[in-house]
Amino acid sequence: MSITITVKLFAQYRDGLFKVKEMTFPKGSTAIYVIDEIGIDHSKLPIGVLMVNGVHVEEDFVLENGNVFTIFPKVGGG
Amino acid sequence: MADKIYRVDMSNLSFKIEDVPDEWMGLGGRGLTSTIIAAEVDPECHPLGPNNKMVFAPGLLSGTSAANSGRNSLGLKSPLTGGIKESNVGGTIAGVMAKLGVKALIIEGIPKDDSTFYHIHVSQNKVEIVACPELVGKNNYAVLDAMEEKYNKKVAVMTIGLPGEQKMLISNISVRDPKGKLRSHGRGGTGAVMGSKKIKCITVDAAKFNESGASIVDPEKFKAASKIFTKALQDNPISGEGLPAFGTNVLVNIINEAGGLPSHNFRSGFSENAEEICGETMAENIKERGGNTTHGCHQGCVIQCSQTYNDKEGNYLTSGFEYEMIWAFGANFGIKDLDQIAKIDALMDDLGVDAIETGVTIGLAVDAGLIEFGDGKRAFEILEKDVAGGTPLGRIIGSGAGNLGKLYGLVRVPVVKNQSIPAYEPRAIKGQGITYVTTPMGADHTAGYAVATNILNSGGHVDPLSKEGQVELSRNLQIASAAVDSTGMCIFVAFPALDEPECLPALIDMINARFGISLGVDDVMNLGKNILKTEHEFNLKAGLTSADDRVPEFMKYEALPPHNAIWDFTNEEIDEFWNF
Repeated sequence: MSITITVKLFAQYRDGLFKVKEMTFPKGSTAIYVIDEIGIDHSKLPIGVLMVNGVHVEEDFVLENGNVFTIFPKVGGG
Repeated sequence: MADKIYRVDMSNLSFKIEDVPDEWMGLGGRGLTSTIIAAEVDPECHPLGPNNKMVFAPGLLSGTSAANSGRNSLGLKSPLTGGIKESNVGGTIAGVMAKLGVKALIIEGIPKDDSTFYHIHVSQNKVEIVACPELVGKNNYAVLDAMEEKYNKKVAVMTIGLPGEQKMLISNISVRDPKGKLRSHGRGGTGAVMGSKKIKCITVDAAKFNESGASIVDPEKFKAASKIFTKALQDNPISGEGLPAFGTNVLVNIINEAGGLPSHNFRSGFSENAEEICGETMAENIKERGGNTTHGCHQGCVIQCSQTYNDKEGNYLTSGFEYEMIWAFGANFGIKDLDQIAKIDALMDDLGVDAIETGVTIGLAVDAGLIEFGDGKRAFEILEKDVAGGTPLGRIIGSGAGNLGKLYGLVRVPVVKNQSIPAYEPRAIKGQGITYVTTPMGADHTAGYAVATNILNSGGHVDPLSKEGQVELSRNLQIASAAVDSTGMCIFVAFPALDEPECLPALIDMINARFGISLGVDDVMNLGKNILKTEHEFNLKAGLTSADDRVPEFMKYEALPPHNAIWDFTNEEIDEFWNF
């Protein structure tokens, strides 16, 4: 069993990766599992904000089929 | 040499240099400007009449070697909101005033002869006030050029363009930055007040003496604290990495993804244009076209969030190309071409008009039937010809969104206290909404930046879509911001201050070392509380009430996509803010 989700990357996390991509992962995949599978080096640039369908989630959030998963490093401005 | 108060009376073109009263001694920046306005200005005065005053004051650390300490405060009664205003700016003015030993520059009165404008030049123990007919009708860059020719590049310049001369409510006071570009004492129609006093420009010259900077009682302690503070700024992922790489415009995507980016005049919290106008696209353009992603708005800035932005041929278009501007003209008004927004930005710098007030008004002008959604060419034309030229259309746009809405019978008018709401939707980012309605400034994002904790996960996380914890969050941030605005520090020190434990104590140690005092964190927070209460009391005396601490009504019954969020705070919940 697998899920297909839309993954969106932003700021420095786009470097060498992608902006937006439809991807398939095993059912039960968590946010942090997907981040590691994609190959984001969050030891260098810490994870800032994770959202699923526009709502903030934690790293252990279990993704579901059809989710839009957005991944940001720490960003700020004003 | 002890700092002094420089006081200019425009009614008889005279000046006085006064000792600093004891009760003002420990104050700087916003703390000082709001205290002086509250003490000396009748809250019921007409903001453009003879009894309003302008108070310029550098922060407590301005003029020292402390990183990011070059911010200046301007206090006055706002002709846009009818309440007190503190407007904060970078540029060179704060450092130059502090080096000259000017604790505050107070300007009062209106000249009897109002047939021309005046140039005020402040130097050591001296203020010259001279008519400047040759500058009348000029915009900001022409004034900067004239001042550079007359003096030197270190002279600080504050100026108004044509909209300020015409006392338009969207006008700013523009301030020269270290590279000869412009920053703004923005929001609230500050330029109109300067115009009402018939002042075209103010220059301050500290070049001939005291080059070493503002005096410091304990230089060793100061140096040690300054080192820790600078390191905290550089090590923090936001102030040290994100802001220099992408600028403030990095926010477009994250606010949009969270459903809080006001679009189509606040009809949606999501813009389909985001990718075209976002910080990532801007950074790519800058890289390809040979601009610069880093530029400091004031001396001693280690964050360098500003930038220079070129066109496709590599020719300079603008600098200080910020999120609020790009949001207002990109998402809210619908221009998809970043270069076109950059051209409007450069024009608006030259005219000296507020990015948020002007942008929101142009967005609302679509609903008024005055312009087509996304027509950047026409927006440029209206600003260049009508606003600068003072045509009836220019006057309408120049009066700000609240007044435009009244004139055209519009209901969806995004203002609080008649001041346009900035780039964060209160329905979807509720902590920020609490700041908009409660701050004495009118809708102002910098007064208590709850976006940090609602969206950016700085200082923890408070769910942006829930009412829970928002009043307390906004109150704490507003108290801290009022204190930070008194130090001369850039508001972006808030990011390391929220997340790096050593940052705030180092900041306080620098203040203690400079003045030979021993403030603690509680003292600084009490300072913030006192400032807010002083400002709130001024507004109450000016006739504002708790009924002004509200969002526009449409936000209570129009659900905002994509989260279908509405504004659901009761009046009692909002008014609880002032219980401290």
